[in-house]
Amino acid sequence: MPKKSPGIGSTIVILKPQLDTILTTINNLDYQVEGPQIKDFSVVLGPIHSLADLPKGYQSQEEPGKYTLTSNGKENYFDVTSGSHTWKKYFFPPKSQLMVFQQENGDSSDWITKSAEEETPRYALIGARPCDLAGIQIQDKIFLEGERCDPIYKGRRGNSLLIIANCTEPCDTCFCTSMGTGPKAKDGFDLALTELNDHFLIEIGSDAGQKALADIEWESASGYYIKEGDLAIEKAVNKIKSTLQEPERLAIELLENLEHPHWDDVAARCLSCGSCTLVCPTCFCWDSTDKTLLPGTTIIRERSWDSCFNPDYSYVAHGNTRPNTRARYRQWLTHKFASWYEQNGTAGCVGCGRCITWCPAEINHLDEIAAIREGEPS
Amino acid sequence: MTVLTTSKPLTDFSSDPMLPTWAEIVKIEQEAPGVKTYWLKFTDPKIQKEFSFKPGQFNLLSVPGYGEAAISISSDPNNKETIGHTIRLAGNVTQAIDRLGVGGILGLRGPFGSSWPIKDLKGKDIYIAAGGIGLPPLRPVIYHIIENRADYGKVILIYGARTPDDLQFTVEYDEWEKADIELMVCVDSCDDTWTGLVGVVPMLFYSLRINPKKGALLTCGPEIMIHFAAFEAIARRVPRERIFVSLEKNMKCGFGSCGHCQLGPYFVCKDGPVFSYEQIGTYLEVEDF
Repeated sequence: MPKKSPGIGSTIVILKPQLDTILTTINNLDYQVEGPQIKDFSVVLGPIHSLADLPKGYQSQEEPGKYTLTSNGKENYFDVTSGSHTWKKYFFPPKSQLMVFQQENGDSSDWITKSAEEETPRYALIGARPCDLAGIQIQDKIFLEGERCDPIYKGRRGNSLLIIANCTEPCDTCFCTSMGTGPKAKDGFDLALTELNDHFLIEIGSDAGQKALADIEWESASGYYIKEGDLAIEKAVNKIKSTLQEPERLAIELLENLEHPHWDDVAARCLSCGSCTLVCPTCFCWDSTDKTLLPGTTIIRERSWDSCFNPDYSYVAHGNTRPNTRARYRQWLTHKFASWYEQNGTAGCVGCGRCITWCPAEINHLDEIAAIREGEPS
Repeated sequence: MTVLTTSKPLTDFSSDPMLPTWAEIVKIEQEAPGVKTYWLKFTDPKIQKEFSFKPGQFNLLSVPGYGEAAISISSDPNNKETIGHTIRLAGNVTQAIDRLGVGGILGLRGPFGSSWPIKDLKGKDIYIAAGGIGLPPLRPVIYHIIENRADYGKVILIYGARTPDDLQFTVEYDEWEKADIELMVCVDSCDDTWTGLVGVVPMLFYSLRINPKKGALLTCGPEIMIHFAAFEAIARRVPRERIFVSLEKNMKCGFGSCGHCQLGPYFVCKDGPVFSYEQIGTYLEVEDF
């Protein structure tokens, strides 16, 4: 029988099938549930209707330029690490309508303007990692704080429910422990799951999270389960091999080494393709373009993700201010690890490792940073 | 991070920061080949009355179907009737603005960005160095100085263009000189009819005797010109915190969201476009940064 709801800040334990009940409850609360699933042999983010949609029994291996899925024979739902998709697509969509201009009576001097999107979706995101949550928190700063709040982001983010899955099976490209973002979520979630053999530990972070648990059977987590959870996290911490020493020092180190010869070295390997920016959970740059519909009386001003690797990104009337890969890679890396601190008080990196895994040139940015740190330019 | 003063943008950010306000082109003046001043008036008289800006700030002008372009305001901040934008017809949007002609309606968002700290420079000798289309963002400063001439010491405008035909605002030079602003004008190339100076803006500094205790430089133009104008001023012991530059970057949003205009930690659209050399000199000196 359902008991009184567990309190915010408390941790409960449920049998795994109970998560299905939570999904049903969330569905009934008019959320659209989205989470990881396997499609065409890779992990993508998409609609989740039941537990069966989650990548049960799979595990991922990541290394520079490589992401592999293997079956591990376990009954776990959240052993795969993040794929190429990022959760930012739900709040900061790859393409969105900024406004619509409509001509009244075919008169080009009489425009009716309609703002942004009319219906804001309600997303419940399940299975986002603590590093992904840190990415969302960084984008919150970009789009919500300050005097100019983004209406699209604000609407979608405000409607959202975040169910985080703490990491128990990190990969070789993960370095969340260096960035202080994982493998266990600290705050900012509605619910945080830790997957055990037959159970989920659930930490309740908010009122909305509490509501999602209305229909399940649960027990307060006893010391035994809490210890099991801690052990799983500890195992994850020990498994993380990639490191970035004292990232906050890069704020000065990188900006003092803008002419380091190693920028040329990495530029010779970088394809300037922008993959790293597309898979990055914090990259926020966007472009706006006007799309004219036939017969020319309706114009949609559209926002789309942009990348500092895009040649048009730095284009002004007198030419391109970052005309080569060296300039573009240097902008990307120094923004993430140096200028971001002054702009927002944190690094622009959460240590998810996607930019390393999804780099077709197998560039390990941690190695590049190490090379720049190693020697002063001659 | 120090940021030069900004004034509150007209655009209502509590709703949608990207929505433009409509304005009509009431007059177009040809300033030089390919350079025109477009005088705008908001279609809503109430907005026109409330609109105010500081010298050096810019607006984002847009034509539906073509997009937006960041254009600095070139008119007198005390002119409450119309807002002037001097534009070089270089791209898609600027050419679309031109095709609208007088009576055309375009979208305006702004004003954005920091301004020339002209009020903080009272009692100083003002050196204004401009190249080509770098003069329009400095014209509001010239108007301010003329209206408050007694507040400043020596005022010298050093201005360079490609050819004599490319010199902008020539009809106003007499008036500026009458207000005790010394004009040093040079061109890159010319024919026999030009009797003035030939050369580039930084070269004109060679003949200047700047008092390091009083001198202040305000400069805008091609990046290479800004670089050497600042270099010449520094060589004459003008402190970096009294050298101000206005930068051109790709600016799409105007409030530090779209990311394009970044220079190190700065978003040129909101932390600039006017910076002191103290703030950004180290970044400006790095090639392609």
